[in-house]
Amino acid sequence: MSQSITYVREGFIEAEKPPSSDSSVLAWIRHNLFASWKDSLLTVIALAVLVYYLPKAIDWLFVSAVWTGADRTACLTTDQGGQLPAGWSGACWAYVNDRFVQFMFGSYPRDQLWRPLLVAGMFVALLVPFLIPKVPRKGLNALLLLVALPIVAYFLLLGGSFGLRYVETSLWGGLMVTLIISFVGIVMSLPIGILLALGRRSSMPILKMVCIGFIELIRGVPLITVLFMASVLLPLFLEPGNNIDKFLRALIGVSIFASAYMAEVIRGGLQAIPKGQYEAADALGLNYFHKMTFIVLPQAIKLVIPGIVNTFIGMFKDTSLVTIISMYDLLGIVKASFGDSGWITPVTPLTGLIFAGFVFWIFCFGMSRYSAFVERRLDKGHKR
Amino acid sequence: MALADARNGSSEPPKVSLLYNPALRSVLYQVVTLVVIVAAVWYAWNNVVQNLARANMSAGFGFLNSRAGFDIAQTLIAYTSDSTYFRALQVGLLNTLVVAAAGIVTATIVGLLIGVGRLSNNWLIARLCTVYVEIFRNIPPLLVIFFWYLGVLALLPSIRSIFQHLEENPDAIFFISNRGIYMPAPVFGEGFGMVVGAFILGIIAAIAFTIWANARQRATGKRPPVLWVNLGLIVLFPIVVFLVMGSPLSLDYAVPGSFNMRGGMSIGPEFLALYLALSLYTASFIAEIVRAGIRGVSKGQSEAAFALGLRAGHTTRLVVLPQALRIIIPPLTSQYLNLIKNSSLAVAVGYADLVAVGGTILNQSGKSIEIIAIWMLVYVSISLITSLFMNWFNAKMALVER
Repeated sequence: MSQSITYVREGFIEAEKPPSSDSSVLAWIRHNLFASWKDSLLTVIALAVLVYYLPKAIDWLFVSAVWTGADRTACLTTDQGGQLPAGWSGACWAYVNDRFVQFMFGSYPRDQLWRPLLVAGMFVALLVPFLIPKVPRKGLNALLLLVALPIVAYFLLLGGSFGLRYVETSLWGGLMVTLIISFVGIVMSLPIGILLALGRRSSMPILKMVCIGFIELIRGVPLITVLFMASVLLPLFLEPGNNIDKFLRALIGVSIFASAYMAEVIRGGLQAIPKGQYEAADALGLNYFHKMTFIVLPQAIKLVIPGIVNTFIGMFKDTSLVTIISMYDLLGIVKASFGDSGWITPVTPLTGLIFAGFVFWIFCFGMSRYSAFVERRLDKGHKR
Repeated sequence: MALADARNGSSEPPKVSLLYNPALRSVLYQVVTLVVIVAAVWYAWNNVVQNLARANMSAGFGFLNSRAGFDIAQTLIAYTSDSTYFRALQVGLLNTLVVAAAGIVTATIVGLLIGVGRLSNNWLIARLCTVYVEIFRNIPPLLVIFFWYLGVLALLPSIRSIFQHLEENPDAIFFISNRGIYMPAPVFGEGFGMVVGAFILGIIAAIAFTIWANARQRATGKRPPVLWVNLGLIVLFPIVVFLVMGSPLSLDYAVPGSFNMRGGMSIGPEFLALYLALSLYTASFIAEIVRAGIRGVSKGQSEAAFALGLRAGHTTRLVVLPQALRIIIPPLTSQYLNLIKNSSLAVAVGYADLVAVGGTILNQSGKSIEIIAIWMLVYVSISLITSLFMNWFNAKMALVER
């Protein structure tokens, strides 16, 4: 009998580990940092720059920074009249700390601060559920956020009725003004933008030309000229002797500007809706108003939500331009405080601008992340 | 009723109110729109006339010929405080164009580098570029301008310390101070026109040679050394002419004056702050556009090019880039337009651009309607010209589709 040499394998072999040259940390470094001599050179240069500047920046911002102090002497070196060693340079956070309330609310009366704080609380309470897709009753939420809140905020912030003290708008300032202007811009620009976009796509020649003319004129000029127009020309255009509020003028300027940009974003959405949708609505016998509100606009706006959020981000950044028509939004009030004799030091401007930049950055970055999140969520529906 | 009509064979449509006629309705809507607009304009115009009469002012562009009476730091054309308002506006327009052109060039280069860097296989470079984009995209441009102007450039050495530095090193020719950058200005001597002529001739010859080389490559398959011949024609030829003419170029050095540097060439901190801020801010947007454009070209395209045996450089230049440009150009145009419009932020740091000069005139003469009309006209024209040019470029770059 010959011995059988048949070999039957009864189980799978365990998968071999990849060779260490492919999987170790060293391999990762080689693939991602030193793949070729060009890569190596770039990595070395980038590392050198980082190693040189990063510790310096951290030192300036945090380690050498002055965190507490009552006035400018806290942030001055001995030869400038302070106590810090000669050659010192660092952030003067004591100044930001001292001016913080001013940066947030401007010159709003300190005993009335509960009013903007209450509005801010209502804003957050309405905004957060609005942004979370799972929370129900979006329609009611939107109504409260976009219609009810502005009305309540108007009476609360301005006062003069319901036994509240009147606080004139020239006392408003800081982050509060930045947020109010951009929020009003957002709330006004959506409906006006939708109307302009529909007008631009309509078949009526005069209406169409008026909308195109308005959109292209506003989009062709810088925001500053629109703001100048609102602040200088608006009083001329209205009845003699009018004294239209400066803050209101800025709001009108920003709203006009934002509407033109919003109109173009929404037009993009309208164009992306297939013709069949319009025709189907016509075939069902819907009139123009019903066709747009029930069939076309819900789809079109959903398509361009990322574009709308991007417009919001742009508008939020652009509110800083009201500084130029001498209003005190966050950037304006930070800049105005550089001339404040209590805190004039060589490092004050840099510290203040870094603070303002950080605040702007947080808001814009948050919005852009949210826009990316919505984009991903909407994307799922269109995957085939 | 309608049924009965149909049975009787009558072809007349059922009677409906004229109000439901779409054509009539559309005319009605438009007439209403027109009436509202005309009424609004008439109301505004009426008020303007009354307001101006109250303030004892007159409307019209006649004021453009009166004396300006203010000085402008950076002027490209002859200007003194005795020049007219119109001249001042011209200076402002030129300054706007200069900072916009410089900003567009720099922003494109930086944006291209950062955009390509974000797609790099090098992890560190990709991360650094991402950080750059996320920082600059989310900060207002005005803040970036202030950052450079008040935070960085104001901390540079004062003019007095430059004077000291000059006493210690008399040979220094290049200075950076908080009042700007000083460097020698070129003074063109006699015969420099010949060098310029040689340069232009070199460029024409290089173009001709490239066309010839392309034709030859198509005919024979061999490519003449285009790069080296063109370099010789454009660079070497003018240098030779320059030396033959006896180096007709001298330098005018900046020297200490009583309060400031005299002579030479100087770039003010206002221009620098605006230029740096506009370039770096817009570069972050251009980087994203470039990245999207390159990622928009499917991987199969470059793989196919490699399979055909093209080298990496040729693949990028001949296959990926032409397709990416189609995606890149339209959004790039709107970024260029944004940069031009953002250059009006100059007024915040006092760089004498169109808006800053116009603002000064507005404050002096009170001619607000006229000045704002001029601004709008100029900016809309610039925007239109830029988009026309970019549309032409886009049409040229577009793939011919069948």
